[in-house]
Amino acid sequence: MGVFIDKNTKVLVQGITGSTALFHTKQMLDYGTQIVAGVTPGKGGQEVEGVPVFNTVEEAKAETGATVSVVYVPAPFAADSIIESADAELDMAICITEHIPVIDMVKVKRYLEDKKTRLVGPNCPGVITADECKIGIMPGYIHKKGHVGVVSRSGTLTYEAVHQLTQAGIGQTTAVGIGGDPVNGTDFIDALNAFNDDPETEAVVMIGEIGGTAEEEAAEWVKENMDKPVVGFIGGVTAPPGKRMGHAGAIISGGKGTAEEKIKTMNECGIETADTPSEIGQTLIDRIQKEDGLYEKCLTVK
Amino acid sequence: MNIHEYQGKEIFRSMGVAVPNGTVAYTPEEAVDAAKTLESDVYVVKAQIHAGGRGKAGGVKIAKSIDEVREYAKELLGEVLVTHQTGPEGKEVKRLLIEEGCDIQNEFYVGFVVDRLTDRVVLMGSEEGGTEIEEVAAETPEKIFRETIDPVLGLMPYQAKRLAFNMNIPKESVNKAAKLMLSLYNVFIEKDCSVVEINPLVTTGDGDALALDAKVNFDDNALFRNKDILEMRDIDEEDPKEIEASKYDLSYVALDGNIGCMVNGAGLAMATMDTIHHFGGEPANFLDVGGGATTEKVTEAFKIILGDEGVQGILVNIFGGIMRCDVIAEGVVEAVKNIGLDIPLVVRLEGTNVDDGKAILNESDFDIIPANTMAEGAQKIIEAVNQNN
Repeated sequence: MGVFIDKNTKVLVQGITGSTALFHTKQMLDYGTQIVAGVTPGKGGQEVEGVPVFNTVEEAKAETGATVSVVYVPAPFAADSIIESADAELDMAICITEHIPVIDMVKVKRYLEDKKTRLVGPNCPGVITADECKIGIMPGYIHKKGHVGVVSRSGTLTYEAVHQLTQAGIGQTTAVGIGGDPVNGTDFIDALNAFNDDPETEAVVMIGEIGGTAEEEAAEWVKENMDKPVVGFIGGVTAPPGKRMGHAGAIISGGKGTAEEKIKTMNECGIETADTPSEIGQTLIDRIQKEDGLYEKCLTVK
Repeated sequence: MNIHEYQGKEIFRSMGVAVPNGTVAYTPEEAVDAAKTLESDVYVVKAQIHAGGRGKAGGVKIAKSIDEVREYAKELLGEVLVTHQTGPEGKEVKRLLIEEGCDIQNEFYVGFVVDRLTDRVVLMGSEEGGTEIEEVAAETPEKIFRETIDPVLGLMPYQAKRLAFNMNIPKESVNKAAKLMLSLYNVFIEKDCSVVEINPLVTTGDGDALALDAKVNFDDNALFRNKDILEMRDIDEEDPKEIEASKYDLSYVALDGNIGCMVNGAGLAMATMDTIHHFGGEPANFLDVGGGATTEKVTEAFKIILGDEGVQGILVNIFGGIMRCDVIAEGVVEAVKNIGLDIPLVVRLEGTNVDDGKAILNESDFDIIPANTMAEGAQKIIEAVNQNN
């Protein structure tokens, strides 16, 4: 179980013949992910890592039954690739590529409005359902099966949180990296909603950062709709206004998007937050210990 | 990427956005020559720096004669302007825009940004021109009007006119203002802007609508397809360490503290700064070495951190996912060997091949302080720096 992807998910890799994509294709196959196809226009008919390559997503889907695409295509062409996967009516496109022009993403989002395809990313580590299916670039070995969902704007901070959970014996269902760009696909609320509906998930960690108001909206949503415990962390308390902190979306502008404001709203909505990233795991443990038997249930890692 | 006002206006002029006539000048002589080409009795001498608030700081002068243009140009060139956006150190004026004066009747604000809530480009307008739009938003939000733009259609003429009417632009100038906005939207899309602001947009006595200022920021991720924009870059206006970092694909932002940080991943880098702050220290920088750090990159990152004279200690915090800790450890040892290090260094490694990485650090001849968690790393570097002081 878990959300969005599981052991039955059939995955195609867009841009599979690039060096980064090849490396990660091998990592995903080693994890047990069903990579059934690759797409690189002009390289159809080849085979890499035992995976057949096709010229188009449409063809790859028809021949292999792939339902999810992972996009490693370079930034100038990545928006085109996302739209191609949506045009082929895949269930989901997970875009790892960073540095996609924001105007391209505005067009992508417009195109996706009446399509069935769920976009995750861009500029994200991907999605992993522990011990079942890894799609993206995250280190697989830190993830262990369990009952905690993780959703995050930051890649390495997700690893940090997952590692702490696993070390403390707390396994996970799915970790969703939604990415650090201002215009992206799946947002906090989409992921929280999915975790709320997932019978395996018992609690959720959400990791945000400065910029925009997505965390505040998610917190309000949690207060109204979520019937599972949620804890959080916000990066960027010390970031000065007007300076972009690496991620294209991580900037405090016009007085909006400060960490203080996000933390305040989250706390007001019942989401306890960790003071430092080293305490994300402990914050979750403290929270689930307040629910009868939940901590014991979540202790799934031997 | 930012550009100067005069460069923004050159782009505007070339794409049909009405602006006053004017030319850039680097010397008082050039300023005089520029003024002589203008058919006007009044000239505006405007300091060109990458910061707002120039008018209040005395960087904009009205000259009533060619002689006055020369005097103001002499005065402004080489002067250090301190505005609310430059920081206390200010910025030296090296370029001027010499512009014709115009008969201002009313001042307005218009701006385009990408709105994260709707994932669309939004056009904003207000009759409160000339003041900071953040102030207007905070004090009289009802005076800001918005039009959300469908990327398939682009900005529609009715939207531009609706906004113009809402902003109380005089009837006789509405069509000209709307045309200006439509052209401005084309600039935003074609040049991949992240922000375009005109503050003020003015209407004149004879019914014209003109962009009197031009604040244009570009999406760095789209510069690959806007080579003409890249040529407008003025590196005098940027932090030299940030320029050096960008050459090596490192993401670096200078801060005021004394503890240098080297981290992989933007989120973890921000969180590391926060952790240092939480335990009573002050980070000297944000530095993300990215996912594919090599020995060369790590060495360059160290050089950049050490180039900041305020740095009294360094915290390296790496969560190796795809990047292996042994590779990072080798990079750190190699970098320390190459550049020498006489300040405390704390290294926290976690993730893939962490034991190999820690072994490499232990076996090196250098005094590298290991830490098991981010919190421990932050506490150790703060302690080490305090002991030295």
